[in-house]
Amino acid sequence: MSSADAKRHRMRSRASDDNQPADAALVDQLRTGDAAAFAQIVRAWSPMMLHVARMYVSTDASAQEVVQEAWLAMIQGLDKFEGRSSLRTWMLAILGNIGRSRGVREARTVPLSSLGPDEDDGPAVDPDRFRGPGDRWPRNWTPLGKPRPWPRSPEEEIMAAENRTQLENGLAELPERQRTVVTLRDVHGLSSDEVSSFLGLSAGNQRVLLHRGRSRLRGRLEMYYAAGEPVMGT
Amino acid sequence: MNAEQPTPGMAVHCQEIVELVTDYLEGALDPDMTAEVEAHLQLCDGCDIYVEQIRTTIRALGKVPVATLSEEAQAELVRAFRDMRGPTATA
Repeated sequence: MSSADAKRHRMRSRASDDNQPADAALVDQLRTGDAAAFAQIVRAWSPMMLHVARMYVSTDASAQEVVQEAWLAMIQGLDKFEGRSSLRTWMLAILGNIGRSRGVREARTVPLSSLGPDEDDGPAVDPDRFRGPGDRWPRNWTPLGKPRPWPRSPEEEIMAAENRTQLENGLAELPERQRTVVTLRDVHGLSSDEVSSFLGLSAGNQRVLLHRGRSRLRGRLEMYYAAGEPVMGT
Repeated sequence: MNAEQPTPGMAVHCQEIVELVTDYLEGALDPDMTAEVEAHLQLCDGCDIYVEQIRTTIRALGKVPVATLSEEAQAELVRAFRDMRGPTATA
């Protein structure tokens, strides 16, 4: 296996939707009253649920209440879950219903239903960084346009904190639909199926939004690293 | 080099690779195109770095701190679960 294959395999397993057997086991555990299993999904899913709830309601406090209400509804409705979707997709549907009715009571317009088209149709990378049509190698990187490796230490504490700030600011600046998709996919780890079905997007549109968002964020980190280069030295 | 039969990896240009990267990472390309992209990445340092940077960006996004429910709220939910579904809860 080449290193490219190995890397791809890693990505695939991360983004895998293939959690049905694990899902069935989890549902059994919950139905038989396994509180540890319940505590574990509360811990794992609540951050994502808070983010989603916050799309419907106007304050963090309201969002917390929506999430708690959704968990209680899930506990009560567990016997009605038929396993046609993943448990998490089902949970998202419950959360959406509660969030919507709460949003209506708060007279807040629900952004999910009114997500307009993004204005950003731009390319992933500035066209000036590629050779022109008359070149010997058209549309390949120019020597100056070619990406340079980033410092090999993004996992180190200080760099990671700086990275995070860049990413948090970058996320905040993304058009809404891109931000929503990138946040649910990459920050909270939902699958493409979960995000598409929850947001009512086709698989292709979900990928386009993910692509634009990720491309922009990579560009932001690149600018940050490039600006830091002389300071960081070797 | 025969221009009509480009070697694997030379049929797509770098400018196309940067637009295909998400479909590639999502496993949404057909097998021929996947092979073509992988051949290109073997040949092209710039694109290989580019794709690795997208992966780094994704990994870093997974580490962005997120808000969650308070420990008390979580404990309360677990208590509610025990009350409603625990072994002693049902008749």
